[in-house]
Amino acid sequence: MSEIPDRLVKTVTLRAPRERVWRAISDSRQFGAWFGCDLPGPFTAGAHIVGTIAPTQVDPEVATMQEPHRGKPFEITIERVEPMTRLSFRWHPFAIEPGHDYASEPTTLVELVLADADGGAATELTITESGFAGIPLARRAAAFTANAGGWAHQCRLVQRYVER
Amino acid sequence: MAALAPAAAAVFAALGDPTRLHLVSQLCRDGPQSIARLTDGTDVSRQAVTKHLEALADAGLVRSARDGRERIWTLQTKRLGDARRYLDDISARWDEAIDRLRQFVERDRGD
Repeated sequence: MSEIPDRLVKTVTLRAPRERVWRAISDSRQFGAWFGCDLPGPFTAGAHIVGTIAPTQVDPEVATMQEPHRGKPFEITIERVEPMTRLSFRWHPFAIEPGHDYASEPTTLVELVLADADGGAATELTITESGFAGIPLARRAAAFTANAGGWAHQCRLVQRYVER
Repeated sequence: MAALAPAAAAVFAALGDPTRLHLVSQLCRDGPQSIARLTDGTDVSRQAVTKHLEALADAGLVRSARDGRERIWTLQTKRLGDARRYLDDISARWDEAIDRLRQFVERDRGD
Protein backbone atom coordinates (compact mmCIF):
# COMPACT_ATOMS: atom_id res chain seq x y z
CA MET A 1 0.00 0.00 0.00
CA SER A 2 1.39 3.38 -0.90
CA GLU A 3 1.60 5.98 1.80
CA ILE A 4 -1.69 7.74 2.30
CA PRO A 5 -1.54 11.47 1.64
CA ASP A 6 -3.63 13.17 4.30
CA ARG A 7 -4.59 16.31 2.42
CA LEU A 8 -5.15 17.87 -0.94
CA VAL A 9 -4.77 21.54 -1.74
CA LYS A 10 -6.13 23.50 -4.71
CA THR A 11 -5.38 27.12 -5.45
CA VAL A 12 -7.21 28.96 -8.21
CA THR A 13 -7.67 32.57 -9.27
CA LEU A 14 -11.22 33.64 -10.00
CA ARG A 15 -11.89 36.72 -12.11
CA ALA A 16 -14.36 38.20 -9.67
CA PRO A 17 -14.06 40.53 -6.68
CA ARG A 18 -13.53 38.96 -3.28
CA GLU A 19 -16.89 40.08 -1.97
CA ARG A 20 -18.61 38.27 -4.85
CA VAL A 21 -16.68 35.06 -4.20
CA TRP A 22 -17.30 35.31 -0.46
CA ARG A 23 -21.05 35.43 -1.04
CA ALA A 24 -20.84 32.48 -3.44
CA ILE A 25 -19.16 30.29 -0.82
CA SER A 26 -20.71 31.57 2.42
CA ASP A 27 -24.37 32.02 1.46
CA SER A 28 -25.89 28.55 1.68
CA ARG A 29 -28.26 29.24 -1.20
CA GLN A 30 -25.52 30.50 -3.51
CA PHE A 31 -23.19 27.68 -2.46
CA GLY A 32 -25.90 25.19 -3.38
CA ALA A 33 -26.46 26.82 -6.77
CA TRP A 34 -22.97 26.11 -8.04
CA PHE A 35 -21.99 23.11 -5.94
CA GLY A 36 -25.17 21.19 -6.64
CA CYS A 37 -27.00 20.86 -3.36
CA ASP A 38 -29.89 22.31 -1.42
CA LEU A 39 -28.80 23.31 2.08
CA PRO A 40 -31.37 24.93 4.36
CA GLY A 41 -30.27 27.56 6.80
CA PRO A 42 -27.32 29.90 7.04
CA PHE A 43 -23.67 28.90 7.38
CA THR A 44 -22.88 29.80 10.97
CA ALA A 45 -20.09 28.36 13.09
CA GLY A 46 -21.12 25.05 14.63
CA ALA A 47 -24.24 24.62 12.49
CA HIS A 48 -24.94 21.04 11.40
CA ILE A 49 -26.83 21.39 8.14
CA VAL A 50 -28.76 18.52 6.65
CA GLY A 51 -29.69 19.07 3.03
CA THR A 52 -29.96 17.16 -0.20
CA ILE A 53 -28.16 16.84 -3.51
CA ALA A 54 -29.78 19.14 -6.10
CA PRO A 55 -28.36 19.53 -9.61
CA THR A 56 -26.14 22.56 -10.16
CA GLN A 57 -27.73 25.64 -11.73
CA VAL A 58 -24.66 26.76 -13.63
CA ASP A 59 -23.84 23.92 -16.01
CA PRO A 60 -26.62 21.98 -17.77
CA GLU A 61 -24.31 19.12 -18.71
CA VAL A 62 -23.13 18.61 -15.14
CA ALA A 63 -26.69 19.06 -13.91
CA THR A 64 -27.75 16.11 -16.07
CA MET A 65 -25.00 13.98 -14.49
CA GLN A 66 -26.09 15.01 -10.99
CA GLU A 67 -29.77 14.46 -11.68
CA PRO A 68 -29.79 10.75 -10.63
CA HIS A 69 -28.47 11.84 -7.22
CA ARG A 70 -31.15 14.46 -6.64
CA GLY A 71 -32.67 14.22 -3.18
CA LYS A 72 -29.87 12.14 -1.68
CA PRO A 73 -28.83 13.36 1.74
CA PHE A 74 -26.00 15.86 1.91
CA GLU A 75 -24.72 17.00 5.29
CA ILE A 76 -22.07 19.42 6.41
CA THR A 77 -21.04 20.86 9.76
CA ILE A 78 -19.75 24.41 9.64
CA GLU A 79 -16.60 24.96 11.69
CA ARG A 80 -15.44 28.52 11.12
CA VAL A 81 -16.86 31.57 9.39
CA GLU A 82 -14.45 34.51 9.10
CA PRO A 83 -16.15 37.02 6.79
CA MET A 84 -14.37 37.66 3.49
CA THR A 85 -11.52 35.36 4.50
CA ARG A 86 -12.30 31.83 5.57
CA LEU A 87 -15.08 29.27 5.60
CA SER A 88 -14.45 25.77 6.90
CA PHE A 89 -16.70 22.76 7.27
CA ARG A 90 -16.58 19.03 7.90
CA TRP A 91 -18.23 16.43 5.72
CA HIS A 92 -17.97 12.93 4.36
CA PRO A 93 -16.18 13.60 1.09
CA PHE A 94 -18.59 13.30 -1.83
CA ALA A 95 -20.55 10.70 0.08
CA ILE A 96 -23.32 9.56 -2.22
CA GLU A 97 -23.19 5.78 -2.22
CA PRO A 98 -26.81 4.68 -1.91
CA GLY A 99 -27.80 2.85 1.23
CA HIS A 100 -24.45 3.36 2.92
CA ASP A 101 -24.43 4.79 6.42
CA TYR A 102 -21.50 7.17 6.64
CA ALA A 103 -22.28 8.31 10.17
CA SER A 104 -19.67 6.08 11.80
CA GLU A 105 -16.88 7.09 9.42
CA PRO A 106 -14.51 9.96 10.09
CA THR A 107 -15.13 13.25 8.35
CA THR A 108 -12.66 15.39 6.44
CA LEU A 109 -12.14 19.11 7.02
CA VAL A 110 -12.64 21.45 4.06
CA GLU A 111 -11.25 24.97 4.28
CA LEU A 112 -11.93 27.68 1.72
CA VAL A 113 -9.62 30.67 2.11
CA LEU A 114 -9.84 33.89 0.08
CA ALA A 115 -7.20 36.50 -0.73
CA ASP A 116 -7.08 39.48 -3.08
CA ALA A 117 -5.39 38.93 -6.42
CA ASP A 118 -4.56 41.30 -9.23
CA GLY A 119 -5.00 44.39 -7.07
CA GLY A 120 -8.50 43.37 -5.99
CA ALA A 121 -9.84 42.71 -9.50
CA ALA A 122 -9.58 38.98 -8.90
CA THR A 123 -9.68 36.60 -5.97
CA GLU A 124 -7.39 33.77 -5.03
CA LEU A 125 -9.24 30.80 -3.59
CA THR A 126 -7.37 28.05 -1.77
CA ILE A 127 -9.27 24.88 -0.97
CA THR A 128 -7.67 22.48 1.49
CA GLU A 129 -9.27 19.17 2.37
CA SER A 130 -7.57 17.17 5.11
CA GLY A 131 -8.14 14.07 7.19
CA PHE A 132 -8.01 11.43 4.45
CA ALA A 133 -5.65 9.23 6.45
CA GLY A 134 -8.57 8.44 8.76
CA ILE A 135 -10.87 7.23 5.99
CA PRO A 136 -11.19 3.43 6.06
CA LEU A 137 -9.57 1.46 3.29
CA ALA A 138 -12.91 -0.06 2.35
CA ARG A 139 -14.31 3.40 1.71
CA ARG A 140 -11.39 4.27 -0.50
CA ALA A 141 -11.78 1.10 -2.51
CA ALA A 142 -15.55 1.48 -2.65
CA ALA A 143 -15.18 4.95 -4.10
CA PHE A 144 -13.63 3.28 -7.09
CA THR A 145 -16.16 0.49 -7.46
CA ALA A 146 -19.54 1.05 -5.95
CA ASN A 147 -20.41 4.69 -6.01
CA ALA A 148 -21.50 6.66 -8.98
CA GLY A 149 -18.95 9.42 -8.81
CA GLY A 150 -15.73 7.46 -8.57
CA TRP A 151 -17.13 4.99 -11.02
CA ALA A 152 -18.18 7.67 -13.49
CA HIS A 153 -14.82 9.33 -13.21
CA GLN A 154 -12.95 6.10 -13.85
CA CYS A 155 -15.26 5.32 -16.76
CA ARG A 156 -14.38 8.63 -18.33
CA LEU A 157 -10.69 7.82 -17.96
CA VAL A 158 -11.14 4.46 -19.60
CA GLN A 159 -13.24 6.02 -22.33
CA ARG A 160 -10.37 8.35 -23.05
CA TYR A 161 -8.03 5.37 -23.40
CA VAL A 162 -10.25 3.49 -25.79
CA GLU A 163 -11.32 6.41 -27.93
CA ARG A 164 -7.78 7.42 -28.76
CA MET B 1 -0.56 5.43 -19.77
CA ALA B 2 -1.81 3.62 -22.86
CA ALA B 3 -0.04 0.47 -21.67
CA LEU B 4 -2.44 0.38 -18.75
CA ALA B 5 -5.48 0.14 -21.01
CA PRO B 6 -5.70 -3.66 -21.40
CA ALA B 7 -5.43 -4.18 -17.64
CA ALA B 8 -8.02 -1.47 -17.02
CA ALA B 9 -10.29 -3.01 -19.66
CA ALA B 10 -10.13 -6.39 -17.88
CA VAL B 11 -11.08 -4.74 -14.60
CA PHE B 12 -13.97 -2.90 -16.14
CA ALA B 13 -15.21 -5.98 -17.97
CA ALA B 14 -15.10 -7.93 -14.72
CA LEU B 15 -16.99 -5.23 -12.88
CA GLY B 16 -19.51 -4.68 -15.66
CA ASP B 17 -21.97 -7.11 -14.11
CA PRO B 18 -24.28 -6.18 -11.25
CA THR B 19 -23.69 -9.42 -9.33
CA ARG B 20 -19.93 -9.10 -9.54
CA LEU B 21 -20.06 -5.45 -8.58
CA HIS B 22 -22.21 -6.40 -5.62
CA LEU B 23 -19.71 -9.11 -4.57
CA VAL B 24 -16.88 -6.59 -4.74
CA SER B 25 -18.69 -4.03 -2.63
CA GLN B 26 -19.62 -6.76 -0.14
CA LEU B 27 -15.95 -7.74 0.18
CA CYS B 28 -15.08 -4.04 0.46
CA ARG B 29 -17.56 -3.52 3.24
CA ASP B 30 -17.26 -6.71 5.27
CA GLY B 31 -13.75 -7.92 4.51
CA PRO B 32 -12.61 -11.45 3.56
CA GLN B 33 -15.36 -14.07 3.65
CA SER B 34 -16.48 -17.51 2.51
CA ILE B 35 -18.72 -18.40 -0.42
CA ALA B 36 -21.42 -19.35 2.08
CA ARG B 37 -21.46 -15.86 3.56
CA LEU B 38 -21.24 -14.20 0.17
CA THR B 39 -24.21 -16.23 -1.04
CA ASP B 40 -26.22 -15.55 2.11
CA GLY B 41 -29.17 -13.28 1.50
CA THR B 42 -28.89 -13.35 -2.30
CA ASP B 43 -30.98 -15.28 -4.75
CA VAL B 44 -27.88 -16.31 -6.68
CA SER B 45 -26.73 -19.93 -6.36
CA ARG B 46 -23.43 -20.90 -4.79
CA GLN B 47 -22.20 -22.20 -8.13
CA ALA B 48 -23.04 -18.92 -9.84
CA VAL B 49 -21.31 -16.92 -7.12
CA THR B 50 -18.22 -19.14 -7.48
CA LYS B 51 -18.18 -18.50 -11.22
CA HIS B 52 -18.44 -14.76 -10.68
CA LEU B 53 -15.65 -14.82 -8.10
CA GLU B 54 -13.45 -16.75 -10.51
CA ALA B 55 -14.07 -14.12 -13.18
CA LEU B 56 -13.08 -11.43 -10.68
CA ALA B 57 -9.98 -13.46 -9.76
CA ASP B 58 -9.01 -13.66 -13.45
CA ALA B 59 -9.04 -9.87 -13.56
CA GLY B 60 -6.89 -9.80 -10.43
CA LEU B 61 -9.59 -8.18 -8.31
CA VAL B 62 -9.97 -10.93 -5.71
CA ARG B 63 -8.02 -13.96 -4.56
CA SER B 64 -8.94 -16.95 -2.47
CA ALA B 65 -7.15 -19.00 0.16
CA ARG B 66 -8.15 -22.29 1.72
CA ASP B 67 -9.17 -22.27 5.33
CA GLY B 68 -9.96 -25.84 6.30
CA ARG B 69 -12.79 -26.94 4.04
CA GLU B 70 -13.71 -23.44 2.99
CA ARG B 71 -12.24 -21.04 0.51
CA ILE B 72 -12.01 -17.49 1.85
CA TRP B 73 -12.23 -14.71 -0.71
CA THR B 74 -10.33 -11.47 -0.28
CA LEU B 75 -10.46 -8.25 -2.22
CA GLN B 76 -7.22 -7.15 -3.88
CA THR B 77 -7.58 -3.54 -2.91
CA LYS B 78 -4.27 -2.66 -4.48
CA ARG B 79 -5.70 -3.64 -7.81
CA LEU B 80 -8.85 -1.65 -7.26
CA GLY B 81 -6.97 1.50 -6.67
CA ASP B 82 -4.94 2.57 -3.72
CA ALA B 83 -5.27 5.63 -1.55
CA ARG B 84 -3.78 7.77 -4.26
CA ARG B 85 -6.52 6.91 -6.70
CA TYR B 86 -9.17 7.76 -4.15
CA LEU B 87 -7.59 11.16 -3.63
CA ASP B 88 -7.28 11.62 -7.39
CA ASP B 89 -11.00 11.07 -7.61
CA ILE B 90 -11.81 13.57 -4.85
CA SER B 91 -9.37 15.98 -6.45
CA ALA B 92 -11.10 15.64 -9.84
CA ARG B 93 -14.44 16.39 -8.19
CA TRP B 94 -13.05 19.53 -6.61
CA ASP B 95 -11.78 20.58 -10.04
CA GLU B 96 -15.29 20.14 -11.40
CA ALA B 97 -16.80 22.04 -8.46
CA ILE B 98 -14.28 24.87 -8.95
CA ASP B 99 -15.25 25.05 -12.63
CA ARG B 100 -18.86 25.55 -11.58
CA LEU B 101 -17.91 28.16 -8.98
CA ARG B 102 -15.92 29.97 -11.66
CA GLN B 103 -18.92 30.04 -13.97
CA PHE B 104 -21.08 31.20 -11.09
CA VAL B 105 -18.93 34.14 -9.97
CA GLU B 106 -17.43 35.16 -13.30
CA ARG B 107 -20.45 34.99 -15.58
CA ASP B 108 -23.63 35.17 -13.53
CA ARG B 109 -23.89 38.10 -11.29
CA GLY B 110 -26.44 35.83 -9.58
CA ASP B 111 -27.77 37.39 -6.41
